[in-house]
Order: sequence, then structure tokens, then C-alpha cells
Amino acid sequence: MTDICSLTLTELAGALQKKEISAVQATQACLERIAATEPKIRALLCTDANGALDRARALDKLGPDASLPLFGVPMTVKDALCTKDFPTTAGSRILEGFRPVFDAFAVERLRAAGAVILGKSNLDEFAMGSTTENSAFQTTRNPWNTDKVPGGSSGGSAASVAAGQCFASLGSDTGGSIRQPASLCGCVGLKPTYGSVSRYGLIAYGSSLDQIGPLARTVEDCARVFSVIAGHDRRDATSDPRPVEDVLSSLGCGSLKGARLGMPKEFFGQGAAAEVRDACESALRAASRLGAELVEVSLPHTRAAVATYYIIAMAEASSNLARFDGVRYGRRAENIHDLWELYVRSRSEGFGAEVKRRIMLGAYVLSAGYYDAYYRKAAQVRSLIRDEYLAALEHCDVICAPVSPETAWNIGTHSDDPLRMYLMDAYTLSLNLAGLPGLSLPVGLGAQSGMPVGMQIIGRAFGEVGLLALGHALEHALPSIGAPQL
Amino acid sequence: MADKKIVSRDDVLKMADLSRLRVNEEEQKIFAGQFQDILGYMDTLASVDTDGIEPLYSTALHTGVLRDDVVAASLARKKALANAPQSNGECFVVPRIV
Repeated sequence: MTDICSLTLTELAGALQKKEISAVQATQACLERIAATEPKIRALLCTDANGALDRARALDKLGPDASLPLFGVPMTVKDALCTKDFPTTAGSRILEGFRPVFDAFAVERLRAAGAVILGKSNLDEFAMGSTTENSAFQTTRNPWNTDKVPGGSSGGSAASVAAGQCFASLGSDTGGSIRQPASLCGCVGLKPTYGSVSRYGLIAYGSSLDQIGPLARTVEDCARVFSVIAGHDRRDATSDPRPVEDVLSSLGCGSLKGARLGMPKEFFGQGAAAEVRDACESALRAASRLGAELVEVSLPHTRAAVATYYIIAMAEASSNLARFDGVRYGRRAENIHDLWELYVRSRSEGFGAEVKRRIMLGAYVLSAGYYDAYYRKAAQVRSLIRDEYLAALEHCDVICAPVSPETAWNIGTHSDDPLRMYLMDAYTLSLNLAGLPGLSLPVGLGAQSGMPVGMQIIGRAFGEVGLLALGHALEHALPSIGAPQL
Repeated sequence: MADKKIVSRDDVLKMADLSRLRVNEEEQKIFAGQFQDILGYMDTLASVDTDGIEPLYSTALHTGVLRDDVVAASLARKKALANAPQSNGECFVVPRIV
């Protein structure tokens, strides 16, 4: 029998519907893979073996149902998303022991579509980081080489998919947190358009930037999960009310012939490692041989994007994380005498260094005397960056660019230098400022490192149908990078 | 903002105070150096011409989301208190403030 864990989500979902594989068999196979790989990878903060098997048994009893697109499909969920009665920590000591009383919208949707949730995946504390090294609980390792980081902040989700522990995972992307770990671990990741997936139940970091999306092994797998989680939800005021388009039926119809692929010169310059640039350019040449037209576009404010992003993200974080006060949920410091001490000690003992840095810098850029120079200024530059993207997308169908300037680096490399770490997000975060969708696709292995290289394909707002169709066509035009040997 | 940014330990203490955080001496020293680098880098935004540009605070394409004022189910008290570090079954309990 084929190794169940090596199937794609699409193949598994088909086999489950035809009763060739039962939900219990699929779940059992994933739990065995988790037991075998977790000691090396440490992708998961919490596994729900009994709950997952109970759920799988209940699904098998009901029998396959074509109206449940994820019937019996085992998945993991980033621990920034609330799961009812199941630990949700956001990778932080301040939420140790927290059990939400409701499911996040996207989790509700997964369950309603028949998915089996295996557990919660590791992340940088409150999704603040690019390596998962900022998790308060454990550092996840890259399945392709366990000396290296899996990326972040959805590093546990990416590692879990790459290691075959699950068929897809939900992540969240504030400045690249789905696309970058997908790139570093050789999976496909979709950061949907801002507003297309409800953020209800996502523990907030930067509310005007956060978006939930899937990580999986193929573009079609991502499309299947996206079609389940997209849609309007009244409980998130930024959730867009338009009807969701059918992303699945357009897969296979997308052609590279005549497609105009924009190459922003600012993303293909000296900033990227040669092996990253080479792999992306080689993918674009393959697309060109199949009839795609490569169009040079320019996004001149790209150099201002890192500063703009971090000012806005930190400002929003300082406001969002004010809710962790030791009163309604989460950690409360012991031997407290007054309210001030309760706030200060609960927060100081509960948050890690990177979270403290971002809250303090966020408070600073919003404070009297600095607001205009930092926060308002950044919001103005954000407007320029968004307009530049929209103008570039007038000249091409999608924009293509590397996801990360380097392939996965060694654990511990930049952990003492936060500014250097922020600069590693240079290629991903401008997309969040503009609210556009981006798909990260593995395009090869780096010639020097042998580690996966991802390219992002950026589309127009709510243009997921075309974006996924083009991504699917490109995926099929390129040789597979294979799977890590664990 | 042409001068190099200087962040003192007093600045760090003020930022900690605004954030309801306490930072020890070691952290004050480390954060001061890191904040100097980070804010110094952010100061490069001053060179971007933004005259007459409206700030963009959200990319949501729909605005003015209001719902009808209809009573709907809300979180039951027991559930709202379920994760409280301390409660008396009716309220969250905090140290005496008056």
C-alpha cells in the first residue's frame, strides 16, 4: 500500500470519498508520522490524538459525503487560532493554560468541511518573528536540514506539512508569515487578500495586516483549503461581503501562454542571494518558454517598506497586546498588592523579549511628539506602496518575486540582531501593506545550499482565482523539488 | 532627524512605562542599543516625500460596516469567566483599587 502521508491533500480527499482509505487510517498514519518525526522537528505544541481519532471514527460512521470537501482530511492549525476547549497559546507563556470557549471562524469552517484537526503548530510568540525561534516553548527545525530554521512565524505549520505530519495547515501572514516558512520548507503557501478570510478567533498581532491562509504540498491543495475558509463573517468588521468565487474549477484552465509576469527590478537586485535569484529566474525562463511574457515593472518605494511595515505592525501590536493584563484570561503574576503591579508583573513575566521590543517600540511611535514623524508618516508611505503595486499590476497579470532573500539559515544566526532579522522580511511585507494576495511556490533547490527556494506570485485584490490558476500552471511547468528525507 | 538617533536608558524606561512593562538593568542596556538601531533605521522614512499624501490605515475595500440594532446571543457569563485567573462566579476579581 502507498504511504498515506506522501499523498497530496487532493489525492487523499479523493481516496477518502471513494472509501479506499478511511478517516481513521488517514488519521492513524499522520499520528504515527508525528510520533516518528516530532523528536527531530518539534513542529507541534499540542497534539490531540484521542480527539482526532474520535472525530475520524465519527466521520467513518457517517460515511463519505461529497458535500464535505475536507472529509477525513487530517490538518494542523497554527496556535494563534482559537480552538474550542483545546489549548491555544500563541507561543506565549502569557497564554499558557488558556482554553478558548469558541473556535476561530476558519477552524469552524474546517470542522464543518469534515477536516480532522490533529493539533496546534508552533510559531514565534504572537506571530512576531521569522524563524519560530521566538516561541516561548520550543524551536521548530526545518525538515530538509534540522540545523536550519523552518522560517516563521508559521514555521510549525510549514514544517508539519513538509514532514508529512498532515496534509495542510492553517497559518497566518502579517508580513510574510505564511509565504516565508512555506518557501523555506518547500511547501506552497497562500496569503489571501486582506478581508477574504475572517480574522474572528485569530489572536491579533497587526489587525490591518493579519490574514489567515493555508500551507500545503500543492497549489490545488491550497485552493481546496482556501475555498473552505474564504467567505463573509459578520464577527470581523473587515471581512469582505462579496461572494467567494470558485477557485477550484479554474485550476487546470490557467495557461502560461500570453500571461504577463511582472518582474520588479527592486526584488531581483543585489539583496537576494545568487542561488535564490537563479532559481526564480530559471522558473521565469521556463514560464517564458511556455509563452509567458516577462514584463519589467518597478516598485521604487520597496526600500522604504521594511521601516513602514515595522512602524505600523508594532503600533498595532502595542494596542492589540494591551488586552493581556492578567485579568480576563492568561497568566497573572503571584503575590500582587495593587492593580498597577498586577498589570506590569503579569505582562513582564508573561511576554518574551521580542514581544516586549515590539510593544515598547509601538507605544513609542504612537506617543505624543512622535506620532506624526513615525506612525502617520508610515501610513502615508503605505499609501504610496499600495498605489505603486496597483500601477504595476496595470502592466502585468501578476508580479513575481523571491519570497526570502536567502534559503533557510542556521538556527541562532540572527537571533541577537533584531534589525537584521526584520530586514529578512523585505520581500514579503510590502504585500501586506497593500492588502494583496500572494502565493509562495517552491521553484527549486538552491545550487549552494540544497535547500528549497520559493517564489511568490502576487495578484490583484480578490484575484485568487487567476492567481491560483497561474500558480497551478507554473507548478506543472516546473520539476518537483521532492520531499525531505527524514 | 538627520542626526543619528540616540536612545537612552531613560527613554527605554519611559517606553516600558507606556507599555505597562518592567525592564531590568540588563534589558535596559540591550534594548537601548537595539532601539537605537531600529529607530535609526525607521528614521530613513523622513526622506520619502509624502506631501499631500493621505495616510492609508486599512486596505479593507468596504467601509462603514454597521449592523441592525438587534439583540443577539452573547457569551454566557460562565464562559466569559472560564479563563479568568480569579473570579467570584459573577465578576473578574482584581486587587482592591479604592
